[in-house]
Amino acid sequence: MGKNLFQKVWDAHTVRVLPNGQTQLFIGMHLIHEVTSPQAFAMLRELNIKVAFPQRTFATVDHIIPTEGDARKRPLADPMAEEMFQAIERNTKENGITFFNPETERQGVVHIVGPEQGVTQPGTTIACGDSHTATHGAFGAIAFGIGTSQVRDVLATQTMSIAPFKVRKVEITGKLNEGVYAKDVILYIISKLGVNGGIGYAYEFCGDVIKNMSMEGRMTVCNMAIEGGARVGYINPDETTYAYLKGKPYAPKDWDKAVAYWNSMKSDADAVYDDVVTFKGEDIEPMVTWGITPEQAIGISQSIPAVTNEVMAEALEYTGFAAGDKMDGKKVDVVFIGSCTNGRIEDFREAAKYAKGRKVAAGVRALAVPGSYNVKKQAEAEGLDKIFIEAGFEWREPGCSMCLAMNPDKLVGRQISASTSNRNFKGRQGSSTGRTLLVSPVMAVAAAVTGTITDARKVFGIGC
Amino acid sequence: MSLGPIKQVVGRAVPVPGDDIDTDRIIPARFLKCVVFDELGGQLFYDVRFDSEGKSIGHPIDKPQFVGASIIISGDNFGCGSSREHAPQAIKRAGFNAVIAGSYAEIFFGNCTTLGIVCVVAGKAVRDELMKEVEANPAAEMVIDVDGCKVKFNGKEYAVEIKPNARKAFIEGSYDSLAELLNGLPQVKELEKTLKYSFV
Repeated sequence: MGKNLFQKVWDAHTVRVLPNGQTQLFIGMHLIHEVTSPQAFAMLRELNIKVAFPQRTFATVDHIIPTEGDARKRPLADPMAEEMFQAIERNTKENGITFFNPETERQGVVHIVGPEQGVTQPGTTIACGDSHTATHGAFGAIAFGIGTSQVRDVLATQTMSIAPFKVRKVEITGKLNEGVYAKDVILYIISKLGVNGGIGYAYEFCGDVIKNMSMEGRMTVCNMAIEGGARVGYINPDETTYAYLKGKPYAPKDWDKAVAYWNSMKSDADAVYDDVVTFKGEDIEPMVTWGITPEQAIGISQSIPAVTNEVMAEALEYTGFAAGDKMDGKKVDVVFIGSCTNGRIEDFREAAKYAKGRKVAAGVRALAVPGSYNVKKQAEAEGLDKIFIEAGFEWREPGCSMCLAMNPDKLVGRQISASTSNRNFKGRQGSSTGRTLLVSPVMAVAAAVTGTITDARKVFGIGC
Repeated sequence: MSLGPIKQVVGRAVPVPGDDIDTDRIIPARFLKCVVFDELGGQLFYDVRFDSEGKSIGHPIDKPQFVGASIIISGDNFGCGSSREHAPQAIKRAGFNAVIAGSYAEIFFGNCTTLGIVCVVAGKAVRDELMKEVEANPAAEMVIDVDGCKVKFNGKEYAVEIKPNARKAFIEGSYDSLAELLNGLPQVKELEKTLKYSFV
């Protein structure tokens, strides 16, 4: 009987079974950022414990960093943000940890930086004090979010105590219609399997739709596995993965040996799964959320369903929408393109293609926030920044920005945002009454230029 | 680090109804701007507890009869969303030692266990009854028997579930695994040598 990638990677990283019955699992690559790591370093300092494998941890600053040029000058205007920035500077320096800070021009959202530096590799275990760590699974890594106590454990031992997951194969067959993107695929999957459908599972995404997807698209899909309750989402590595990794700063020097290892970790053809679900790519249309969980998502042609549970009722009370409403035509105040879900170069290329020659509607504030310095530099080299600026977008510096609004980028009052980020929780974008509608970058551009949620395919003549 | 075995949790309970209560609701992102967890207790559930002027809007945990409660009873998928340990830290620092819910998001569950917050799983019927009983008897103490997987309240006993690994760890006092992980360091170093990748 064959094994799937999850089982192979898990086995290769198992140190032992702990007395509590969990696995002491080796974490091959550990990422840290300024929000969830300072307390971990403080705990180590208190216990007088050193970082065990500093060369296996990489750091960046993303959540609190302002994305407006002048506001990034140190010290930061917000004293707490400055203190967090200083803490990660000190902690990385004292412990010999590589810090991709703004001066290195490698800074960015942690889940964008890892892959573009080449530290995200197939067949590895990856942990980070951030739930969207699942993103790195796009490379065939087993990657998951951890809490600060586990950040401490990984720093102290490069291991953590964790129980294995079941594996659900999530197959998306056929092909996507034009104007339908990776973001729509994952919102569709979550709308079908639910926000808690993945609890206890790792999701192995596969099928022709995934096979034909770029690495950027695959990262978007894996990024939101956690929104479906699955702490891990992964995709078996293939030529697309290897082509992306080749030439990256930390890509393996002995390339052929690395590829042989990566190929050996792929799921076997006769691998066994705890569950299998299949969706048809052709059934997916551009998606938009209407509520307060990512599961509350519908296709742009559909209407908000009738209320069948309390969370739906609570969502409608919060958003002010009604069952039976179409999202098509709902006004938006803010458009946000960015985040670890959709802040990569391909997202900006695709968005710019349709923003070109158009104008952001009157009264709409539109932000384009590259996910990293690399993304920003590449976009600017291609002239994408000018397209966004001419269309009336604000073109920003890299960071998490309005995905969770820990920096100055926030919604105000009951504003409605069409956002390419990953969570539409109450208050998520910085206003306790603000409303978030999750969409793909191209749907976000359509919302920006029309001032409403609308079918991007009609606005831009896609697939006509 | 562990503070000793947890065989039972005794205290008053408060119903916080609703499914999918996410980590942003438990602790809004703006309160993550800190390098220590000390202040988080007062910020628990902030945006659903206070209006824009900081006045209470009558969240269950602020109702006079429930002030001082140490057990939260809630719905399904409690703690979904972010990996922020700030969420269980806020719960702990606000004085809560246990949660009774239909299910938990995994990262949140792990974080709670490490901190010694007992996450009890109970079906909807049990939770509904407990909520009703607690509303009617807010001053009565609830007992969560960790080893026996029971909740005792107002003369009645309810069978509940506590994940076996977590239960064992609570009873043994080994829920913070750092000491045990450190014991394995020699084996960790051996395993590292067998890995097919490094970053140096």
